[in-house]
Amino acid sequence: MGIFQRFARLPLKPTCIWSLCPQYSTDLTAVGRALIVRSSQLIQHRYVHNRGLGTGPGNPGSAPPRLPFSRVTQEDLAFFRTMLPGRTITDPDLLKSSNVDWLKTVEGNSEVLLRPKTTEEVSQILRYCNERNLAVCPQGGNTGLVGGSVPVFDEIILSTSLMTQVLTFDNISGILTCQAGCVLENLSNYLEERDFIMPLDLGAKGSCHIGGNVSTNAGGLRLLRYGSLRGTVLGLEVVLADGQILNCLATLRKDNTGYDLKQLFIGSEGTLGVITAVSILCPRKPKAVNVAFLGCSSFKQLLETFQCCRGMLGEILSAFEFLDASCMSLLEKHLKLTNPITESPFYIVIETAGSNATHDEEKLHNFLEEVMTSSLVTDGTVATEATKIKALWSLRERVTEALTHEGYTYKYDISLPVEKIYDLVQDMRGHLGDRAKNVVGYGHVGDGNLHLNITSPSKDPALLASIEPYVYEWTSEWKGSISAEHGLGLKKRNYIYYSKPSEAVALMGSIKAMLDPKGILNPYKTLPDNIH
Amino acid sequence: MSGRVLVGVKRVIDYAVKIRVKPDHTGVVTDGVKHSMNPFCEIAVEEAVKLKEKKLIKEVVAVSCGPQQVQETIRTALAMGADRGIHVEVSGKDYETLGPLQVSKILAALAKKEQADLIILGKQAIDDDCNQTGQMTAALLDWPQGTFASEVTLDADKLKVVREIDGGLETIKIKMPAVVTADLRLNTPRYATLPNIMKAKKKKIANVKPADLGVDVSSRLEVLKVDEPPQRQAGVKVETVDDLVGKLKEAGRI
Repeated sequence: MGIFQRFARLPLKPTCIWSLCPQYSTDLTAVGRALIVRSSQLIQHRYVHNRGLGTGPGNPGSAPPRLPFSRVTQEDLAFFRTMLPGRTITDPDLLKSSNVDWLKTVEGNSEVLLRPKTTEEVSQILRYCNERNLAVCPQGGNTGLVGGSVPVFDEIILSTSLMTQVLTFDNISGILTCQAGCVLENLSNYLEERDFIMPLDLGAKGSCHIGGNVSTNAGGLRLLRYGSLRGTVLGLEVVLADGQILNCLATLRKDNTGYDLKQLFIGSEGTLGVITAVSILCPRKPKAVNVAFLGCSSFKQLLETFQCCRGMLGEILSAFEFLDASCMSLLEKHLKLTNPITESPFYIVIETAGSNATHDEEKLHNFLEEVMTSSLVTDGTVATEATKIKALWSLRERVTEALTHEGYTYKYDISLPVEKIYDLVQDMRGHLGDRAKNVVGYGHVGDGNLHLNITSPSKDPALLASIEPYVYEWTSEWKGSISAEHGLGLKKRNYIYYSKPSEAVALMGSIKAMLDPKGILNPYKTLPDNIH
Repeated sequence: MSGRVLVGVKRVIDYAVKIRVKPDHTGVVTDGVKHSMNPFCEIAVEEAVKLKEKKLIKEVVAVSCGPQQVQETIRTALAMGADRGIHVEVSGKDYETLGPLQVSKILAALAKKEQADLIILGKQAIDDDCNQTGQMTAALLDWPQGTFASEVTLDADKLKVVREIDGGLETIKIKMPAVVTADLRLNTPRYATLPNIMKAKKKKIANVKPADLGVDVSSRLEVLKVDEPPQRQAGVKVETVDDLVGKLKEAGRI
């Protein structure tokens, strides 16, 4: 298809602005904008055929060209309005927040937001969209960090925000079943009243939906203790691309009857099916929770502290997180938080959770005495009361928030052998020099997961070109994962080859083609562009 | 002047905990519930420790009245920098009915025994909100008082206290010995750091009974009933402006 034909078929409204770039003036005409979009897309298109690797003028994280899905018509809107009266949103002001991701780095152009309440409604929506060849973007709390939760073009947004029912809770087995739109914090509150807790916890808990957590296989702060969702999710109810309802909402701890289909959908980022209900195994609420905040003078000592911690606190350890001195200065500068201990190059947050306060405090005090006398730790403080615990946790949980105040943040979520984690941060600092404003490292060191963040006053393509693919090549060299828990979404889909062999990716493509032949579920995400 | 400061610390239910009324309505559930030092008492301890760091006073003594568990609260004060502690043992029924009048009698007796120059207390406890102990203690000792302090400056034997009052701020000068009660903005309490927590384990906590101080802890007050506040009515969401107008009319608001 020639370039002119493409331009001739352009609608007058812009099809996509994939990044909120300050230099894009709002005075640009619709056609002007479309031209910029188009020309970059053509560069992209050419680029993407290089398997997404290597440097080039375009960026494999940006949007690909729009695939030939149908466009929403008045008849479509009439159908949706009849099925979901009052829950078919077309007002552009209301759509705005659902079209932009939490980081404000990706914006789509959807014109329809649907809010079903039941699995049956989700089924009808997907059956219709499949027949009409309309693309759908499932959306939970919209807190994802890789641009996977917002439309790229005009995909219909399928929101779980009204699917908030808790279905059952068994307080002997601790098994909870609920709809996919339940907010994680609300589930936590519900469970806490019944003396249980959710097996996962993350900074986004006030907004994220459990369905989104499951479809992205969210990790979080408690993974060290309770394991990943792949272990704690017992069953799922999923609606497939053609509207078929797959009810595998078992509440059994053990069930070895056939292939474990739910594992396909966990972490599939909405590309294989829309999760409508979840059954999850919840642990008992610990009677005693303590948090220690420690300072270490080197990463090596931090790792030795971790060894000691595992040995002396083993069974009560529920979290082991770290942040570096740069993170602390950002927290102090942007959020006015105070450092509770003396300044150190590294800080550790350790949480213990157990059934007996006196036992736990004794174990914790023995551990602290050991690490203090052996000088593995230079200073620290302990909290046993809820308010102080919250205050200490906020020093780790709010780093992401503090970074947003720096301007633009390039975020990398990497899994590496634990000894290598901080080497990457120091290497990046040396490699980028003055080009970056700040290079910080923090994260779930206990799980071997680093959150590497590089800030700059505004979006800087030259800086990006120095970071990528250097960071991915570095990770690949140490057989790490280029996305430990954030997923691939839109931004990282083309980098999958750094962490997975091509045969594996090809098989993923086959599974996608089998479950969603028309490719309407969350297109442009998770799988690389060249898979088609 | 002995250079000794007495700081009262009270063990209360942690302020982040959801309070539940006992089914028999005689009080609130305290069993198995997280307790911690009253936030205003923390501020009082911090102020005392600051004065010691500035070398304006010599010794900080932390005092708490109650059963065995209050020793944790005294240890926290020691970890923040207090030099020694005094645990006034009150338990059982006596502890349930222990109120500002009895505590102020105890503190007055201790102040005389320890020859304290200054008593710093929190302005009120977050469980009963009485705001009486400081004032009663000063009255019993016939000492001047600087309550709701947001700033305290020590100069030889005089204290300049900036008080938070309804109209704004009031600055007074009082002679020592005196009683000061701490308000929120007096300071930000420090975190007890590990080296100090370790040191605190070795500091002494003396045990004393109210009878030893000649104080009768029986109460003249009887709690008749404890109830929860009335439930807040849920709001109602409406779909359109017309619905809103309709509902307001129904409620007789317009």
